[in-house]
Amino acid sequence: MEKAYETVIGLEVHVELATKTKIFCGCSTEFGGAPNTHTCPVCTGMPGSLPVLNKEVVNKAIAVGLATNCTITQNCKFDRKNYFYPDNPQNYQISQLYYPICRNGKVEIEVDGKKKWIGIHEIHMEEDAGKLIHDPYTDSSLVDFNRSGVPLIEIVSEPDMRSAEEVIAYLDKLRMTIQYLGASDCKLNEGSMRADVNLSIREVGAEEFGTRTEMKNLNSFKAIARAIENERERQIDILEAGEKVVQETRRWDDNKEYSYAMRSKEDAQDYRYFPDPDLVPIIISDEWLEDIRAKQPEFRDEKKARYQEEYGLPEYDADILTGTKKLADIFEETIALDANPKKVSNWLMVETMRIVKEKEMDADDITFSATNLAKLIKLTDSQAINSTVAKEVFEKIFDEDIDPDKYVEEKGLKTVNDEGALRTTIEQVIADNPQSVEDYRNGKEKAIGFLVGQTMKAMKGKANPGMVNQILKELL
Amino acid sequence: MQITDEIIDYVGILAKLELSDEEKEQAKKDMTNMLDYVGKLNELDTDGVEPMSHTFSVHNVFREDVVVNGDDRENMLANAPEKKDGAYKVPRTFD
Repeated sequence: MEKAYETVIGLEVHVELATKTKIFCGCSTEFGGAPNTHTCPVCTGMPGSLPVLNKEVVNKAIAVGLATNCTITQNCKFDRKNYFYPDNPQNYQISQLYYPICRNGKVEIEVDGKKKWIGIHEIHMEEDAGKLIHDPYTDSSLVDFNRSGVPLIEIVSEPDMRSAEEVIAYLDKLRMTIQYLGASDCKLNEGSMRADVNLSIREVGAEEFGTRTEMKNLNSFKAIARAIENERERQIDILEAGEKVVQETRRWDDNKEYSYAMRSKEDAQDYRYFPDPDLVPIIISDEWLEDIRAKQPEFRDEKKARYQEEYGLPEYDADILTGTKKLADIFEETIALDANPKKVSNWLMVETMRIVKEKEMDADDITFSATNLAKLIKLTDSQAINSTVAKEVFEKIFDEDIDPDKYVEEKGLKTVNDEGALRTTIEQVIADNPQSVEDYRNGKEKAIGFLVGQTMKAMKGKANPGMVNQILKELL
Repeated sequence: MQITDEIIDYVGILAKLELSDEEKEQAKKDMTNMLDYVGKLNELDTDGVEPMSHTFSVHNVFREDVVVNGDDRENMLANAPEKKDGAYKVPRTFD
């Protein structure tokens, strides 16, 4: 008989901080440069080079710690984690073991209407490694150190999660919090947010934890959910067969939906941590903490509540708008330009989200400006353009951020309110469609819709629909 | 502290060093000497003493977040034993 098992999950989440320079040198962190064009003696581990800490990294780490209810370690240090691997030019990674900058935090998540706190064990600062590219022509590896030294924070949770849904809610909470802080863009698919899943199972009611495995290479929320289900089943099968789970690191293959045990980075997992003598201690004063605390932004939950209260938006709309920082930013910027909040919300919720879905893009990557959306809303408010034209113009704004005033002028898209011109066109439409005219006169109300359509077509969509209706009825 | 053959072998693995029998014997002697020297500290009562990581009382040495380094790839790669396509070429390595 199959026993009932409980899944126990803890996460290690790496987040690349959005600083301009690396953590210990003045090299750019910009993504996508040609290999090794953002490197210097420090981030390539040249003998004699000395690291100097980027203050902004500490600021951002503290801000994330405060936002996740952590205690900030006001006297913290860096340590060296020693291992050999070609992506690690110093043969050690500068990280924090003994005095991580943040400890004992928690964030609240909600799954199926149920709220739950997830504990954060610690957050530490460290440096990213370089990138290895396999070269099939020479069967060797090519090393690019552009990422080497890019600042990371690693957020280590307590083993408080029990399902894939809770894991995703937790990650989403972290992502939104960090995005709102502007501390990182947190993109799983680009690697600026990476999650390693520690998972074990135990019989329901058991006190002791089972043996856990660590799963790496999870690049999307979907992959995380699938990997969790898969690993849970794998461990249950092992226990049911009377065998033991081996503590190991596994790599998820999202195409095959399967994980395999990784060869460890070295034969012995002995990192011989010790304090880095090149980096002096960091002492964070109360004033420094208060300064950062005072600058904390309005976070998602507060924003969502405010949108409902202040602008009378439905909860669903407030949830979508605040679910992407970019949308919330455009929303607020457009309102600041005197646009009606409900109308702005409508453009973002309906047309914007429709195009985002069609293009299969991330709402974070929207590039149009609040200025042009506000102008478009003014054009519709003044009835200078009708709603069909407005949608067409909006697509142009979405794609190229065009100035709608100019665009409408240049393309001659202004609504035709000229009664004489409308009348002439309508008379022609009536003459061309005797059948519909007769249908209407015989009581088929719907036939007028066809005639309106024909008129709009003749006027290239620019006719004032109210006036068309009125004149048609009059002439019929 | 007695340095055993096992310890020397293990340290060799961590340091990625292959030592001859002769070198191992010498390393054993050297390590024993070094550990005995610092072992003197174990005679002191250090209860309640904060571990010290630096010998000088300097803290908070920071850099502002300003890019000061440009593309210096040519110089950087000048030290590489082997290179290809602007990258350091190393033996094939798996993740």
